[in-house]
Amino acid sequence: MPIQTFAKLIKKEEIIKDVFKFSVEANEIVKTAKPGNFIEIRVNDQTEPFLRRPISIYNINKEAEILEFIFQIKGNGTNLLSKKQIGDKIDILGPLGNGTFKFEKYNNIAIIGGGIGIFPLYELAKEAKAQGKKVNTYLGFRNKDLVMLEKEFKEISDKLVITTDDGSYAEKGFAIDYLKKDMEKENTATEETNAKETQAEDEQKFKYSTCICACGPLPMLKAVQKYAIENNINCQISLEEKMGCGLGVCLGCAVKKASSPKDNPEYFHVCKGRPVFNAKDVEI
Amino acid sequence: MNTKINFAGIEMKNPVTVASGTFGYGREYSNFFDLGKLGAVITKGTSLKPKSGNKPPRVCETASGMLNSIGLQNPGVEYFAQNDLPFLRKFDTKIIVNACGSTIDEYVELCKILNTLDIDGVELNLSCPNVKAGCMAFGSSYEGVKTVTKEVKKVLDKPLIVKLTPNVSDIASIAKGAEDGGADAVSLINTLLAMKIDIYKRKPVLANNTGGLSGPAIKPVAVRMVYQVSQAVKIPIMGLGGIMTGEDAIELMLAGAKVVSIGAGNFADPYTSIKVIEGIEEYMKKCNVENIEDIVGKVEMN
Repeated sequence: MPIQTFAKLIKKEEIIKDVFKFSVEANEIVKTAKPGNFIEIRVNDQTEPFLRRPISIYNINKEAEILEFIFQIKGNGTNLLSKKQIGDKIDILGPLGNGTFKFEKYNNIAIIGGGIGIFPLYELAKEAKAQGKKVNTYLGFRNKDLVMLEKEFKEISDKLVITTDDGSYAEKGFAIDYLKKDMEKENTATEETNAKETQAEDEQKFKYSTCICACGPLPMLKAVQKYAIENNINCQISLEEKMGCGLGVCLGCAVKKASSPKDNPEYFHVCKGRPVFNAKDVEI
Repeated sequence: MNTKINFAGIEMKNPVTVASGTFGYGREYSNFFDLGKLGAVITKGTSLKPKSGNKPPRVCETASGMLNSIGLQNPGVEYFAQNDLPFLRKFDTKIIVNACGSTIDEYVELCKILNTLDIDGVELNLSCPNVKAGCMAFGSSYEGVKTVTKEVKKVLDKPLIVKLTPNVSDIASIAKGAEDGGADAVSLINTLLAMKIDIYKRKPVLANNTGGLSGPAIKPVAVRMVYQVSQAVKIPIMGLGGIMTGEDAIELMLAGAKVVSIGAGNFADPYTSIKVIEGIEEYMKKCNVENIEDIVGKVEMN
């Protein structure tokens, strides 16, 4: 159940240029938040900027009752947010979204993210690791200046692959290519056991015993979605869309249902149902 | 101090309602406060059959406001009657259903069904700018408004409020169309037709190209139009457009609105409507207003 709270900013860090990590005291949100949930922040009590900013949750620290989120300065709203000082109270609505990452039935989780889309994947990786899953993480960035959270993801991943489009840091190329390679390797090794494991899966048998969880720029998500559907892999993608309320009221953040016809499309909504969708359910 | 008000036969505990399309059918906001605190809930625009709405992007932010082009996505009146109405009825508030259609027949058929439901009133949507047929097409002329209102009134015994579009050259004559058609009240303003361009893509931000502007940016337009309509018709007015505070609500009431409605402000802060109710009470105390009704239309023009 979402609540509105004024959460105290206790730590603030610019992790790379124009990208800020905020830690806030938000015990009521932390209590119920799950991997894949997001929050909406009102940056001031004026009429400008008018709407809240949807921001994904990076880390849920239940023991310390601290919520962490990371955002990039994109415009006026996030710029104002970045100016908040330690001790300031931040107007937060959350946790929002009902469709969180579902990976319980899988022993292997492949996490793929790109750029500023990697933030919600940290809590997911952490939670999966805590449940004893094998976590392989693939993070893609444009160049070395934009690489972030390598140490953090390394600590909670069995394997971490960092890629840069231009090869200026770590592996050159796209994260999905490294994911594919590992999936193929793993497939030959686990084909026999996986038929049993995945039988009960959502009325559908998936070929692999690994489930993919993805968040990142649209071209990456499209490539991951295509690969997963073609190879019958359970794949969950976290989407974003322009949002009004964040609560499922305004019906602004629509995403087309894959099953609905072009001339009479039907829609899901990113805020209420999700933001995490099964890749086969949506047309992006 | 008395905040009770009788609006077109609907007894409200206070003059604050929530506007169609900004409150769904109440469920989401009921997590934040008791809906019984509101004078009335006006539902999401509801049609005879379910509507899936427009292509995304459907919303974007603008200076002190936002654009929307949702396209009246709704589950249809049958679903509303079975699922949402029983839920809303649990709260001690009035229920007004915003009714939309693309033909006169559709409006009439819908209102025949609404007439049988346990609701307190109907708001006729003649003002949505985001659908191809109906709505604003009827709402843009005196004759159009009068005709639909008259036909609907024949099948509806409940109070009928006609919601007007500001996208017209003479709002007073449009309101007169509603009054002459037999409406019990008018509500105004719906959103202003607008457009935002992504200058890097050189394309409109909304998939539908245009959308309706709402939020504090449109409040002065609402104040002017409510005043003009108040001078042209005798039926009561529900005023809306950019209300965020009690002061905003009072301003519209002084201009001539008997009750007000909170729209896009709900998105910025789920408690906006509650804060408006509190703000109105503060104003009443501060300015020694015993009955809220006493301030309606009390602006003194220069």
